[in-house]
Amino acid sequence: MAEEVVLLDFWPSLFGMRSRIALAEKGIKYEYKEEDLRNKSALLLQMNPVHKKIPVLIHNGKPVCESLIQVQYIDEVWHDKAPLLPSDPYQKATVRFWADYIDKKIYDLGSRVWKTKGEEQATAKKEFIESLKLIEKELGDKPYFGGESFGYVDVAFIPFYSWFYDYEKCGNFSIEAECPKLIAWAKRCMQKESVAKSLPDQQKVYDFILQMKKHFGIE
Amino acid sequence: MAVVKLLGTWFSPYGHRVIWALKLKGILYEYIEEDVRNKSPSLLQYNPIHKQVPVLVHGGKPICESTVILQYIDEIWPQNPLLPADPYDRAVALFWIKFADDKGLLMSKLYRGNGEEQQAAVKEWLEMLEVMEEHALIGVKKFFGGDEINMVDIAFSFVAHWLGILEDVLGLEIFKPHKFPRVSSWIQNFKSSPIIKDNLPDADKMSTFLKRGREMMLTSKSN
Repeated sequence: MAEEVVLLDFWPSLFGMRSRIALAEKGIKYEYKEEDLRNKSALLLQMNPVHKKIPVLIHNGKPVCESLIQVQYIDEVWHDKAPLLPSDPYQKATVRFWADYIDKKIYDLGSRVWKTKGEEQATAKKEFIESLKLIEKELGDKPYFGGESFGYVDVAFIPFYSWFYDYEKCGNFSIEAECPKLIAWAKRCMQKESVAKSLPDQQKVYDFILQMKKHFGIE
Repeated sequence: MAVVKLLGTWFSPYGHRVIWALKLKGILYEYIEEDVRNKSPSLLQYNPIHKQVPVLVHGGKPICESTVILQYIDEIWPQNPLLPADPYDRAVALFWIKFADDKGLLMSKLYRGNGEEQQAAVKEWLEMLEVMEEHALIGVKKFFGGDEINMVDIAFSFVAHWLGILEDVLGLEIFKPHKFPRVSSWIQNFKSSPIIKDNLPDADKMSTFLKRGREMMLTSKSN
Protein backbone atom coordinates (compact mmCIF):
# COMPACT_ATOMS: atom_id res chain seq x y z
CA MET A 1 0.00 0.00 0.00
CA ALA A 2 1.31 3.43 -0.83
CA GLU A 3 2.27 5.30 2.30
CA GLU A 4 0.66 8.67 2.76
CA VAL A 5 2.49 10.95 5.15
CA VAL A 6 1.45 14.52 5.94
CA LEU A 7 3.07 16.90 8.41
CA LEU A 8 1.04 19.82 9.75
CA ASP A 9 3.65 22.30 10.88
CA PHE A 10 4.70 25.92 11.36
CA TRP A 11 8.10 26.92 10.02
CA PRO A 12 9.75 28.34 13.21
CA SER A 13 8.48 25.53 15.45
CA LEU A 14 11.29 23.75 17.30
CA PHE A 15 8.99 20.77 17.64
CA GLY A 16 8.03 20.64 13.98
CA MET A 17 11.71 20.71 13.03
CA ARG A 18 12.28 17.48 14.96
CA SER A 19 9.77 15.61 12.83
CA ARG A 20 11.07 17.17 9.62
CA ILE A 21 14.56 15.94 10.50
CA ALA A 22 13.38 12.43 11.42
CA LEU A 23 11.41 12.10 8.17
CA ALA A 24 14.39 13.35 6.15
CA GLU A 25 16.79 10.99 7.94
CA LYS A 26 14.59 8.10 6.89
CA GLY A 27 14.13 9.42 3.36
CA ILE A 28 10.35 9.49 3.69
CA LYS A 29 8.35 11.42 1.10
CA TYR A 30 5.69 13.51 2.75
CA GLU A 31 3.43 16.47 2.23
CA TYR A 32 4.37 19.50 4.31
CA LYS A 33 1.40 21.70 5.20
CA GLU A 34 2.11 25.12 6.70
CA GLU A 35 -0.44 26.12 9.33
CA ASP A 36 -1.48 29.67 10.11
CA LEU A 37 -1.72 29.44 13.89
CA ARG A 38 -4.05 32.45 14.07
CA ASN A 39 -6.38 30.66 11.67
CA LYS A 40 -6.03 26.94 12.28
CA SER A 41 -7.20 24.61 9.53
CA ALA A 42 -10.17 22.29 9.95
CA LEU A 43 -7.72 19.43 9.40
CA LEU A 44 -5.53 20.47 12.32
CA LEU A 45 -8.53 20.84 14.65
CA GLN A 46 -9.76 17.44 13.57
CA MET A 47 -6.38 15.70 13.88
CA ASN A 48 -5.38 17.26 17.22
CA PRO A 49 -8.65 18.13 18.95
CA VAL A 50 -7.14 17.97 22.43
CA HIS A 51 -4.31 20.48 22.01
CA LYS A 52 -5.00 22.01 18.58
CA LYS A 53 -1.22 22.32 18.15
CA ILE A 54 1.39 21.53 15.56
CA PRO A 55 3.24 19.46 14.62
CA VAL A 56 0.83 16.69 13.71
CA LEU A 57 2.09 13.73 11.73
CA ILE A 58 -0.65 12.07 9.72
CA HIS A 59 0.22 8.58 8.53
CA ASN A 60 -2.33 7.00 6.21
CA GLY A 61 -4.99 9.27 7.67
CA LYS A 62 -4.15 8.58 11.32
CA PRO A 63 -2.70 11.38 13.47
CA VAL A 64 0.31 11.15 15.77
CA CYS A 65 0.72 14.15 18.05
CA GLU A 66 3.66 15.38 20.17
CA SER A 67 7.03 15.75 18.44
CA LEU A 68 9.04 13.25 20.49
CA ILE A 69 6.30 10.65 20.10
CA GLN A 70 6.37 11.33 16.34
CA VAL A 71 10.15 10.83 16.22
CA GLN A 72 9.88 7.51 18.09
CA TYR A 73 6.98 6.44 15.86
CA ILE A 74 8.91 7.31 12.68
CA ASP A 75 11.91 5.41 14.04
CA GLU A 76 9.80 2.30 14.73
CA VAL A 77 7.78 2.24 11.53
CA TRP A 78 10.74 2.99 9.21
CA HIS A 79 13.19 0.95 11.20
CA ASP A 80 15.29 -0.31 8.30
CA LYS A 81 17.15 2.97 7.80
CA ALA A 82 19.08 5.43 9.99
CA PRO A 83 18.10 4.19 13.46
CA LEU A 84 17.58 7.10 15.85
CA LEU A 85 16.99 5.37 19.16
CA PRO A 86 19.51 2.91 20.65
CA SER A 87 18.41 -0.70 20.96
CA ASP A 88 19.72 -1.21 24.49
CA PRO A 89 16.98 -0.46 27.08
CA TYR A 90 19.33 1.38 29.46
CA GLN A 91 20.67 3.58 26.69
CA LYS A 92 17.10 4.18 25.55
CA ALA A 93 16.21 5.31 29.06
CA THR A 94 19.17 7.69 29.01
CA VAL A 95 18.17 9.33 25.71
CA ARG A 96 14.54 9.61 26.84
CA PHE A 97 15.74 11.27 30.05
CA TRP A 98 17.71 13.88 28.11
CA ALA A 99 14.89 14.56 25.65
CA ASP A 100 12.64 15.13 28.65
CA TYR A 101 15.27 17.48 30.16
CA ILE A 102 15.41 19.47 26.91
CA ASP A 103 11.62 19.90 26.92
CA LYS A 104 11.19 20.54 30.63
CA LYS A 105 14.17 22.78 31.32
CA ILE A 106 15.92 24.09 28.23
CA TYR A 107 12.78 24.96 26.27
CA ASP A 108 11.09 26.76 29.18
CA LEU A 109 14.18 28.68 30.17
CA GLY A 110 14.87 29.67 26.56
CA SER A 111 11.31 30.93 26.21
CA ARG A 112 11.72 33.06 29.30
CA VAL A 113 14.96 34.53 27.95
CA TRP A 114 13.19 36.06 24.94
CA LYS A 115 9.82 36.72 26.54
CA THR A 116 10.87 38.57 29.68
CA LYS A 117 13.05 41.48 30.69
CA GLY A 118 14.81 42.95 33.71
CA GLU A 119 15.37 40.74 36.74
CA GLU A 120 13.20 37.92 35.46
CA GLN A 121 15.21 37.75 32.26
CA ALA A 122 18.51 37.91 34.14
CA THR A 123 17.52 34.89 36.23
CA ALA A 124 16.24 33.02 33.18
CA LYS A 125 19.44 33.74 31.29
CA LYS A 126 21.62 32.46 34.14
CA GLU A 127 19.60 29.25 34.47
CA PHE A 128 19.43 28.82 30.69
CA ILE A 129 23.21 28.99 30.38
CA GLU A 130 23.54 26.50 33.26
CA SER A 131 21.18 24.10 31.51
CA LEU A 132 23.15 24.40 28.25
CA LYS A 133 26.38 23.70 30.13
CA LEU A 134 24.81 20.63 31.68
CA ILE A 135 23.79 19.20 28.34
CA GLU A 136 27.16 20.16 26.88
CA LYS A 137 28.72 18.04 29.63
CA GLU A 138 26.52 15.14 28.59
CA LEU A 139 27.77 15.52 25.01
CA GLY A 140 31.36 15.41 26.25
CA ASP A 141 33.81 14.70 23.45
CA LYS A 142 31.41 12.63 21.38
CA PRO A 143 30.70 13.85 17.84
CA TYR A 144 26.96 13.47 18.49
CA PHE A 145 24.80 12.83 21.53
CA GLY A 146 24.13 9.49 19.87
CA GLY A 147 27.87 8.72 19.91
CA GLU A 148 29.37 8.09 16.48
CA SER A 149 26.02 8.54 14.79
CA PHE A 150 23.30 11.15 14.85
CA GLY A 151 20.52 10.01 17.19
CA TYR A 152 17.41 10.83 19.16
CA VAL A 153 18.84 13.49 21.46
CA ASP A 154 20.55 15.15 18.49
CA VAL A 155 17.17 15.30 16.71
CA ALA A 156 15.49 16.60 19.85
CA PHE A 157 18.03 19.34 20.47
CA ILE A 158 19.43 20.57 17.12
CA PRO A 159 16.29 22.62 16.28
CA PHE A 160 17.25 24.93 19.15
CA TYR A 161 20.29 25.98 17.13
CA SER A 162 18.01 27.90 14.77
CA TRP A 163 16.85 29.87 17.83
CA PHE A 164 20.31 30.51 19.33
CA TYR A 165 20.69 33.87 17.59
CA ASP A 166 17.31 34.92 19.00
CA TYR A 167 18.24 33.88 22.56
CA GLU A 168 21.61 35.62 22.23
CA LYS A 169 20.22 38.89 20.92
CA CYS A 170 17.36 39.01 23.42
CA GLY A 171 19.52 37.98 26.35
CA ASN A 172 22.66 39.78 25.24
CA PHE A 173 25.13 36.94 25.55
CA SER A 174 27.10 34.54 23.38
CA ILE A 175 26.31 30.84 23.49
CA GLU A 176 29.58 30.04 21.76
CA ALA A 177 31.52 31.82 24.51
CA GLU A 178 29.68 29.83 27.17
CA CYS A 179 29.39 26.47 25.39
CA PRO A 180 31.90 26.13 22.54
CA LYS A 181 31.47 22.35 22.29
CA LEU A 182 27.73 22.77 21.75
CA ILE A 183 28.33 25.14 18.85
CA ALA A 184 30.87 22.74 17.34
CA TRP A 185 28.29 19.94 17.66
CA ALA A 186 25.56 22.11 16.09
CA LYS A 187 27.74 22.99 13.10
CA ARG A 188 28.56 19.31 12.67
CA CYS A 189 24.82 18.50 12.61
CA MET A 190 24.17 21.29 10.12
CA GLN A 191 26.47 19.48 7.69
CA LYS A 192 23.78 16.83 7.42
CA GLU A 193 21.28 17.48 4.67
CA SER A 194 18.38 16.29 6.83
CA VAL A 195 19.18 19.00 9.37
CA ALA A 196 20.19 21.80 7.01
CA LYS A 197 16.97 21.58 5.03
CA SER A 198 14.78 21.30 8.15
CA LEU A 199 16.01 24.34 10.08
CA PRO A 200 15.07 27.89 9.16
CA ASP A 201 17.65 30.64 8.96
CA GLN A 202 18.54 32.12 12.37
CA GLN A 203 17.98 35.71 11.24
CA LYS A 204 14.55 34.81 9.91
CA VAL A 205 13.64 33.28 13.29
CA TYR A 206 14.87 36.39 15.11
CA ASP A 207 12.86 38.71 12.85
CA PHE A 208 9.80 36.57 13.46
CA ILE A 209 10.31 36.75 17.26
CA LEU A 210 10.68 40.53 17.10
CA GLN A 211 7.30 40.67 15.36
CA MET A 212 5.81 38.36 17.99
CA LYS A 213 7.19 40.50 20.79
CA LYS A 214 5.68 43.63 19.26
CA HIS A 215 2.39 41.84 18.82
CA PHE A 216 2.32 40.72 22.47
CA GLY A 217 3.60 44.05 23.75
CA ILE A 218 6.89 42.64 25.04
CA GLU A 219 9.68 45.15 24.51
CA MET B 1 19.23 -11.40 38.33
CA ALA B 2 20.56 -7.92 39.03
CA VAL B 3 19.25 -6.24 42.18
CA VAL B 4 16.38 -3.82 41.76
CA LYS B 5 15.97 -0.89 44.14
CA LEU B 6 13.36 1.83 44.18
CA LEU B 7 13.85 5.16 45.93
CA GLY B 8 10.49 6.79 46.59
CA THR B 9 8.17 8.47 49.03
CA TRP B 10 5.05 6.92 50.57
CA PHE B 11 2.74 9.69 49.35
CA SER B 12 3.91 10.33 45.79
CA PRO B 13 1.82 9.09 42.86
CA TYR B 14 4.99 8.93 40.73
CA GLY B 15 6.71 6.44 43.00
CA HIS B 16 3.54 4.37 43.11
CA ARG B 17 3.52 4.16 39.33
CA VAL B 18 6.81 2.31 39.52
CA ILE B 19 5.65 0.07 42.39
CA TRP B 20 2.59 -1.01 40.40
CA ALA B 21 4.63 -1.67 37.26
CA LEU B 22 7.14 -3.82 39.16
CA LYS B 23 4.37 -5.76 40.93
CA LEU B 24 2.37 -6.25 37.73
CA LYS B 25 5.45 -7.88 36.25
CA GLY B 26 6.27 -9.86 39.39
CA ILE B 27 9.65 -8.20 39.91
CA LEU B 28 11.17 -8.30 43.39
CA TYR B 29 12.69 -5.05 44.53
CA GLU B 30 14.03 -3.29 47.59
CA TYR B 31 12.09 -0.16 48.50
CA ILE B 32 13.92 2.75 50.08
CA GLU B 33 11.86 5.54 51.61
CA GLU B 34 13.32 8.98 51.00
CA ASP B 35 12.81 12.07 53.13
CA VAL B 36 12.56 14.84 50.55
CA ARG B 37 13.41 17.49 53.14
CA ASN B 38 16.60 15.60 53.94
CA LYS B 39 17.71 13.89 50.77
CA SER B 40 20.02 10.93 51.11
CA PRO B 41 23.52 10.91 49.56
CA SER B 42 22.31 7.98 47.42
CA LEU B 43 19.48 10.01 45.93
CA LEU B 44 21.78 12.93 45.18
CA GLN B 45 24.25 10.56 43.58
CA TYR B 46 21.65 8.68 41.52
CA ASN B 47 19.71 11.75 40.40
CA PRO B 48 22.12 14.68 40.52
CA ILE B 49 20.18 16.69 37.92
CA HIS B 50 16.67 16.70 39.37
CA LYS B 51 17.40 15.35 42.89
CA GLN B 52 13.92 13.83 42.87
CA VAL B 53 12.18 10.53 43.47
CA PRO B 54 11.32 8.08 42.12
CA VAL B 55 14.62 6.59 41.03
CA LEU B 56 14.90 2.99 39.92
CA VAL B 57 18.32 1.44 40.39
CA HIS B 58 18.90 -1.73 38.38
CA GLY B 59 22.19 -3.52 38.83
CA GLY B 60 23.61 -0.32 40.29
CA LYS B 61 22.52 1.87 37.33
CA PRO B 62 19.96 4.61 38.00
CA ILE B 63 16.95 5.46 35.86
CA CYS B 64 15.09 8.72 36.60
CA GLU B 65 11.69 10.22 35.66
CA SER B 66 8.73 7.91 36.25
CA THR B 67 7.61 7.62 32.61
CA VAL B 68 11.17 6.84 31.50
CA ILE B 69 11.36 4.25 34.31
CA LEU B 70 8.07 2.63 33.27
CA GLN B 71 9.19 2.27 29.66
CA TYR B 72 12.49 0.80 30.84
CA ILE B 73 10.70 -1.74 33.06
CA ASP B 74 8.39 -2.66 30.18
CA GLU B 75 11.35 -3.28 27.86
CA ILE B 76 13.52 -5.23 30.31
CA TRP B 77 10.66 -7.41 31.59
CA PRO B 78 8.27 -7.98 28.68
CA GLN B 79 5.73 -10.14 30.59
CA ASN B 80 2.38 -8.41 31.17
CA PRO B 81 3.15 -5.66 28.68
CA LEU B 82 2.26 -2.13 29.72
CA LEU B 83 2.16 -0.66 26.22
CA PRO B 84 0.51 -1.86 22.99
CA ALA B 85 2.68 -3.78 20.54
CA ASP B 86 1.43 -1.91 17.48
CA PRO B 87 3.48 1.27 16.84
CA TYR B 88 0.41 3.42 16.15
CA ASP B 89 -1.50 2.23 19.21
CA ARG B 90 1.67 2.76 21.22
CA ALA B 91 1.95 6.35 19.91
CA VAL B 92 -1.62 6.99 21.03
CA ALA B 93 -0.92 5.49 24.47
CA LEU B 94 2.22 7.63 24.82
CA PHE B 95 0.18 10.71 23.88
CA TRP B 96 -2.20 10.08 26.78
CA ILE B 97 0.64 9.30 29.13
CA LYS B 98 2.26 12.64 28.26
CA PHE B 99 -1.10 14.38 28.73
CA ALA B 100 -1.46 12.80 32.17
CA ASP B 101 2.15 13.71 33.03
CA ASP B 102 1.62 17.35 32.06
CA LYS B 103 -1.67 17.55 33.96
CA GLY B 104 -0.09 15.94 37.04
CA LEU B 105 1.34 19.38 37.76
CA LEU B 106 -2.22 20.45 38.55
CA MET B 107 -1.98 18.59 41.85
CA SER B 108 0.68 20.98 43.05
CA LYS B 109 -1.09 24.03 41.59
CA LEU B 110 -4.24 23.13 43.47
CA TYR B 111 -2.45 22.27 46.71
CA ARG B 112 -0.31 25.39 46.78
CA GLY B 113 -2.91 27.80 45.41
CA ASN B 114 -5.10 30.18 47.32
CA GLY B 115 -7.95 32.47 46.30
CA GLU B 116 -7.72 33.33 42.61
CA GLU B 117 -4.86 30.93 41.97
CA GLN B 118 -6.87 28.10 43.43
CA GLN B 119 -9.93 29.00 41.35
CA ALA B 120 -7.78 28.97 38.22
CA ALA B 121 -6.41 25.55 39.23
CA VAL B 122 -9.95 24.19 39.76
CA LYS B 123 -10.92 25.39 36.29
CA GLU B 124 -7.90 23.60 34.79
CA TRP B 125 -8.80 20.41 36.64
CA LEU B 126 -12.33 20.50 35.22
CA GLU B 127 -10.96 21.05 31.72
CA MET B 128 -8.66 18.09 32.17
CA LEU B 129 -11.49 15.87 33.40
CA GLU B 130 -13.56 16.91 30.38
CA VAL B 131 -10.78 15.84 28.04
CA MET B 132 -10.59 12.49 29.82
CA GLU B 133 -14.36 12.10 29.55
CA GLU B 134 -14.83 13.29 25.97
CA HIS B 135 -11.61 12.09 24.36
CA ALA B 136 -9.34 9.76 26.31
CA LEU B 137 -12.00 7.35 27.54
CA ILE B 138 -13.96 7.06 24.29
CA GLY B 139 -13.97 3.39 23.36
CA VAL B 140 -12.45 2.36 26.68
CA LYS B 141 -14.47 -0.35 28.38
CA LYS B 142 -12.72 -1.35 31.58
CA PHE B 143 -9.15 -0.06 31.47
CA PHE B 144 -7.13 1.95 28.96
CA GLY B 145 -5.19 -1.29 28.60
CA GLY B 146 -8.32 -3.30 27.72
CA ASP B 147 -8.96 -6.10 30.22
CA GLU B 148 -5.75 -5.37 32.08
CA ILE B 149 -4.18 -2.23 33.46
CA ASN B 150 -1.52 -0.63 31.29
CA MET B 151 0.78 2.39 31.44
CA VAL B 152 -2.00 4.83 30.52
CA ASP B 153 -4.13 3.67 33.46
CA ILE B 154 -1.09 3.99 35.69
CA ALA B 155 -0.38 7.50 34.39
CA PHE B 156 -3.90 8.70 35.22
CA SER B 157 -3.78 7.25 38.73
CA PHE B 158 -3.51 10.69 40.28
CA VAL B 159 -7.11 11.30 39.18
CA ALA B 160 -8.26 8.04 40.76
CA HIS B 161 -6.79 8.51 44.23
CA TRP B 162 -4.88 11.74 44.79
CA LEU B 163 -7.60 14.08 43.54
CA GLY B 164 -10.04 12.81 46.18
CA ILE B 165 -7.47 13.35 48.90
CA LEU B 166 -6.77 16.92 47.73
CA GLU B 167 -10.50 17.64 47.67
CA ASP B 168 -10.71 16.50 51.28
CA VAL B 169 -7.67 18.52 52.34
CA LEU B 170 -8.90 21.70 50.63
CA GLY B 171 -12.62 21.26 51.34
CA LEU B 172 -13.46 21.40 47.66
CA GLU B 173 -15.67 19.32 45.44
CA ILE B 174 -14.16 19.23 41.98
CA PHE B 175 -15.02 15.78 40.70
CA LYS B 176 -18.78 15.19 40.41
CA PRO B 177 -19.31 11.55 39.30
CA HIS B 178 -22.56 12.25 37.48
CA LYS B 179 -20.82 14.89 35.34
CA PHE B 180 -18.02 12.50 34.38
CA PRO B 181 -19.61 9.02 34.13
CA ARG B 182 -16.80 7.46 32.07
CA VAL B 183 -14.09 8.81 34.39
CA SER B 184 -16.12 7.64 37.38
CA SER B 185 -16.47 4.14 35.98
CA TRP B 186 -12.76 3.98 35.13
CA ILE B 187 -11.81 5.14 38.65
CA GLN B 188 -13.90 2.38 40.20
CA ASN B 189 -12.34 -0.26 37.93
CA PHE B 190 -8.83 1.05 38.53
CA LYS B 191 -9.10 1.21 42.30
CA SER B 192 -10.63 -2.28 42.56
CA SER B 193 -7.81 -3.84 40.58
CA PRO B 194 -5.87 -6.07 43.04
CA ILE B 195 -2.36 -4.67 42.53
CA ILE B 196 -3.65 -1.10 42.84
CA LYS B 197 -6.03 -1.69 45.72
CA ASP B 198 -3.32 -3.27 47.85
CA ASN B 199 -0.74 -0.62 47.05
CA LEU B 200 -2.23 2.80 47.64
CA PRO B 201 -1.13 5.27 50.32
CA ASP B 202 -3.65 5.49 53.14
CA ALA B 203 -6.07 8.35 52.37
CA ASP B 204 -6.49 9.47 55.99
CA LYS B 205 -2.76 9.45 56.64
CA MET B 206 -2.22 11.48 53.45
CA SER B 207 -4.98 13.92 54.32
CA THR B 208 -3.51 14.63 57.74
CA PHE B 209 -0.02 14.96 56.31
CA LEU B 210 -1.13 17.32 53.52
CA LYS B 211 -3.35 19.43 55.77
CA ARG B 212 -0.42 20.06 58.06
CA GLY B 213 1.84 20.83 55.12
CA ARG B 214 -0.64 23.30 53.69
CA GLU B 215 -1.07 25.07 57.02
CA MET B 216 2.69 25.51 57.31
CA MET B 217 2.90 26.71 53.72
CA LEU B 218 0.14 29.30 54.08
CA THR B 219 1.52 30.54 57.39
CA SER B 220 4.98 31.05 55.95
CA LYS B 221 3.45 32.81 52.90
CA SER B 222 1.67 35.35 55.06
CA ASN B 223 4.72 35.99 57.28
